[in-house]
Amino acid sequence: MTLPDPLPLDGGGELSRVEIAYETYGALDEDRSNAILLCHALTGDQYVASPHPITGKPGWWERMVGPGKPIDTDRFHVICPNVIGSCMGSTGPASEASDGQPYAMRFPVITIRDMVRAHVGLLDALGIETLHAVVGGSMGGMQALSLAANWPERASRVLVVASTSRHSAQNIGFHELGRQAVMADPRWDQGDYYAGEAPDSGLAVARMAAHITYLSEEALTEKFGRNLQDREAKTFGFDADFQVESYLRYQGSGFTQRFDANSYLYITRAMDYFDLAEEHGGKLANAFAGTQARFCLVSFDSDWLYPTAESRHVVHALNAAGAAVSFVELTAPHGHDSFLLDVPALDRVIGGFLG
Amino acid sequence: MSIRPDLAVIAGHVSPGSRVLDIGCGDGALMMALREKDCDVRGIEIDGDCVERCVSQGLSVVQGDADRDLADYPDRGFDYAILSQTLQTAARPDRMLDELLRVGTRAFVSFPNFAHWRTRAALMFGGRMPVTRAIPVSWYATQNIHHVTVKDFRDLAKEKGARIEREWFFAGERQLGRAGANGRAEFAVFELSR
Repeated sequence: MTLPDPLPLDGGGELSRVEIAYETYGALDEDRSNAILLCHALTGDQYVASPHPITGKPGWWERMVGPGKPIDTDRFHVICPNVIGSCMGSTGPASEASDGQPYAMRFPVITIRDMVRAHVGLLDALGIETLHAVVGGSMGGMQALSLAANWPERASRVLVVASTSRHSAQNIGFHELGRQAVMADPRWDQGDYYAGEAPDSGLAVARMAAHITYLSEEALTEKFGRNLQDREAKTFGFDADFQVESYLRYQGSGFTQRFDANSYLYITRAMDYFDLAEEHGGKLANAFAGTQARFCLVSFDSDWLYPTAESRHVVHALNAAGAAVSFVELTAPHGHDSFLLDVPALDRVIGGFLG
Repeated sequence: MSIRPDLAVIAGHVSPGSRVLDIGCGDGALMMALREKDCDVRGIEIDGDCVERCVSQGLSVVQGDADRDLADYPDRGFDYAILSQTLQTAARPDRMLDELLRVGTRAFVSFPNFAHWRTRAALMFGGRMPVTRAIPVSWYATQNIHHVTVKDFRDLAKEKGARIEREWFFAGERQLGRAGANGRAEFAVFELSR
């Protein structure tokens, strides 16, 4: 869908002819009251419960979204848009600018709030005034919080899983590592690589580093330990001797098949710029003043990327604002990625909260 | 669902449609009863499994430590603040009482009465820390770090300038009169205001 109006941006200026790619699951009620906006994470996409068109893999949250699942598409109309800046159909750096060439680094730096502004444009175009809920994990949770803070009347329920109201120095540091890996790849060429080869090796390194932050040390140890990859002994070379190396290389190269390096730069930047309190006079509680929405935050005890303290920080602000809020720290071994994996308690909490 | 007598008394005396904060809400039994009365009810609970059960039932419960987290709640944000069977587990019950009467216009507090005759007898004749129906966990494992009696609580309320609006006493399921309550009651419930 092309948004009818140009999209004003936090960094100044506006983006015209904004395209939003989205998927929907489940039927919309006649009174348009059963819609759930599902926001995806950094490298996610709109294919939440349907096969990915490039990789053919199942949707990224099929265990959560579908008929009879916690986000029950027999009852709810789930809308999952691809964020602007991404590369799965919504306008991003790989999209054509008005001169017919890809934007590349001419694409404006966007924010989480800009992404959500585009989502709101989509909801307007779809004629959905009030969402039953906005739901998101990780960067999706940031979008959910941003919607709740900036368009408080648009969602009755706000569900935020494994997320934060601001990027920490450590979060920014890891993202900068990833960006520098992309930009150090000679094929990046100041972002103008669309006519030739993409900076796949740089993007793969970025993904490898990021992937480590998505898992707990316990999960890595459990999965790989010091096991060797298809060999009896160390080779005294720099092949992927260890299973963990082989796994990360596989994750890195697989990622380059489906993701655009410039999109990775722009979206990580948007996350780094995210600070909901800063947008609201430095006080997070102000972001939620007068909200009528019910909130639910979930963290995982093994998530060191967005640890429980970050969720608690949001919960404290919501309490100070007098908002109806639930919060639970769930025990799960997988680190940040727990929100995508088999954690039955998460299913129960999400199902119960959505009602 | 039948609920504990102290919770039943509290549920029976909260006005319908009130804003309520249930501190140490456990599995949410009181919150469910209050939801039936159209109350806007929130909970705080330290145990993650309990919180998960509450949230799964659609209750608004925050996993947290009341000793620390009550400070985030605004003054007089609630019509009632409820502390059921939790006072004796607080790091500083006196400060907890202050916080209750800050966040709530009124407060309900229930606790096991350490001056119950059975407790006294266990200590006097057994010479050991009592393990009774009301205090079922051994001294080394109990979360009750500040045992309190009916008289102690009345003193604390007075010291804190809190007015005791109503009080109820129980032995098991049975409600008792006020006379001799400090020796006869296993549990006490107080409604306070300031």
